Amino acid sequence: MQQPGDRIFAASARGAGILILVVLAGVAAFLVIQAIPALVANPADLPGGKNIAVYVAPFVFGTVVSSAIALIIATPLAIAVALFITHYAPRRLAQGLGYLIDLLAAVPSIVFGLWGLAVLAPAMLGLSTWLNTYLGWIPLFAGPVSVTGRTMLVVGVTLAVMILPIITAVSREVFLQTPKLHEEAALALGATRWEMIRMSVLPFGRSGIISGAMLGLGRALGETMAVAIILSGSSIITFNLISSGNSSSIAANIALNFPDSTGVAVNTLIASGLVLFVITLLVNSLARYIINRRREFSGAN
Amino acid sequence: MKTVRHSARARIAAVGIATSGALLLAGCGASNETAAPAGGGSGGSSAAVSGTINGAGASTQQVATQAWVAGLQTNNPDANVNYDPSGSGAGRTQFIAGGVQYAGSDSAMKADEITQAKAKCASDIVEVPVYVSPIAVVYNLQGVTDLQLTPSLIAKIFNKKITKWNDPAIAAVNAGKTLPDKAITPVNRSDKSGTTANFTDYLSKAAKADWTYPGADSWPIQGSEAAQGTSGVIGAVKAGDGAIGYADESQAKGLGIAKIQVGTTYVAPSAEGAAKLLEAATRGTDGGQYVFSYTLPRTTTDPSQYPITLSSYMIACSKYADAKQGALVKAYMSYVISPEGQQAAASKAGSAPLSDAVRAAITPAVNAIS
Repeated sequence: MQQPGDRIFAASARGAGILILVVLAGVAAFLVIQAIPALVANPADLPGGKNIAVYVAPFVFGTVVSSAIALIIATPLAIAVALFITHYAPRRLAQGLGYLIDLLAAVPSIVFGLWGLAVLAPAMLGLSTWLNTYLGWIPLFAGPVSVTGRTMLVVGVTLAVMILPIITAVSREVFLQTPKLHEEAALALGATRWEMIRMSVLPFGRSGIISGAMLGLGRALGETMAVAIILSGSSIITFNLISSGNSSSIAANIALNFPDSTGVAVNTLIASGLVLFVITLLVNSLARYIINRRREFSGAN
Repeated sequence: MKTVRHSARARIAAVGIATSGALLLAGCGASNETAAPAGGGSGGSSAAVSGTINGAGASTQQVATQAWVAGLQTNNPDANVNYDPSGSGAGRTQFIAGGVQYAGSDSAMKADEITQAKAKCASDIVEVPVYVSPIAVVYNLQGVTDLQLTPSLIAKIFNKKITKWNDPAIAAVNAGKTLPDKAITPVNRSDKSGTTANFTDYLSKAAKADWTYPGADSWPIQGSEAAQGTSGVIGAVKAGDGAIGYADESQAKGLGIAKIQVGTTYVAPSAEGAAKLLEAATRGTDGGQYVFSYTLPRTTTDPSQYPITLSSYMIACSKYADAKQGALVKAYMSYVISPEGQQAAASKAGSAPLSDAVRAAITPAVNAIS
């Protein structure tokens, strides 16, 4: 026997769920329909004059590289911060720190962009020069060092700062849910605090860390303004992280070139947007898959 | 509980008062403007015009447009002009499709575009230069204040054939200056822009042998330092020791500005030089009596002219189906090309005012609008 209230609630919840799917399908349909003219167009008419895959490839590369740098830097840092808040810091301090990190997540990306451009870029000149001098034999640091500092490395670090709060917040929530019994059992067996964390907290929180990292990755992949104003990007593929020539990212390229584009150039940009959409979809599916595989003994479901 | 609700209501009331206060202030401001003495001579029509026209096109004109619209509204409080800085190409396309009443464009209409536009307007097309601005080659080089460059040197620097500031080729035209042994970092726009189009057009004509790319609104060379917008380029040049870039002369304060070889001397960018260049430009013959598309003489040898100059056009129908709309377009464009309008753009956007000779040439075209 269902009350009317139950039925209304069930229907509206179902409606909300369906609405999400409709919106997503609508976005996908828009991207596909708008991208088709670029996909079927004569390659000579496209910006760059080559086929669409050649046009998009450098931007895909730039998107992936900048996000990868961000993730490599931010994930370990976020885990450390989350562990400190949940297991090391005094309770008062932990609470304050938690608020602060949530606050950091609310800073608009353009502010991070300006900060990266005005503060971080010049500040990292020294590091870039050092990397080039001593590690120049690695293609990543081959140089020549950019004098303005508007490089892929700086973008990666800026993105890392931007996604740090998300990964930290998710990891912290999961670490807090570690069963107290596990922790106490580990301590009772003579484990040190670090051993206890390794034995009980980290395994329990692993899928939470992964989903946090994937959320962060999603933000890094789609980040537009910060990349557009910091990065000295162009349509090239290069592993060099510290020189003037960098691979631009998909989102930044769209933002920079959309305003003055017409005709099939617009369709080309939308086609690159479709590629980004597919990449983020793949990343999220992969994350889901990893989390589901480790469903047992985990705090994230 | 009661006090809470009360205070909430009080707050809403306060917000309401503040809002209406702001509206009131805005209203005051507007009425003050209308009450201001009708000083600006708005070219042809003296009767006040009203209504709304929409334009779209080059972002170059965006700042100047704000000044022009404000100037127009001084005498015509009921007139409104909306401008969508969607880009030159988009502006022309929208104009041809009939979506906007006028277009702003950094390059003149092509012949087939004029044909299409004529068909849409069912009349002649009016195309006149309204915004002229010198583009400076800016650099950041400690201790070097008076750099001189030839077109060929600029081309070789920007296509990275010359990579050091103390290159003998640069030293040869800068006798007596000590040039540091520093790498050159050329900075270009990362977005599409009319500035890039005019700069590359200049290089393709004045430095044919060293610059093999055609003039285009996106930078042709990949892998050099690129920055967004004029402010981005200026910022990158300021930040980078040994950097060189190109940007609107009005934004170049605080940076070294290179003198460019014209004939046998070296010329710094100036509003007068830019206006003079337009004056010396040859007018395209096709398109009709009201189309003033100019080919700027990039290879000029007259030192009173500055060859790296951007000229941006305003495009309109010469006859509008709606007479009221036609009157408004005419009044607006008359103000834009008037000395007052050009001065307003110069002080707000840093453009070079049109010279009297150019104004005399294009005024009949604007007056023909109805």
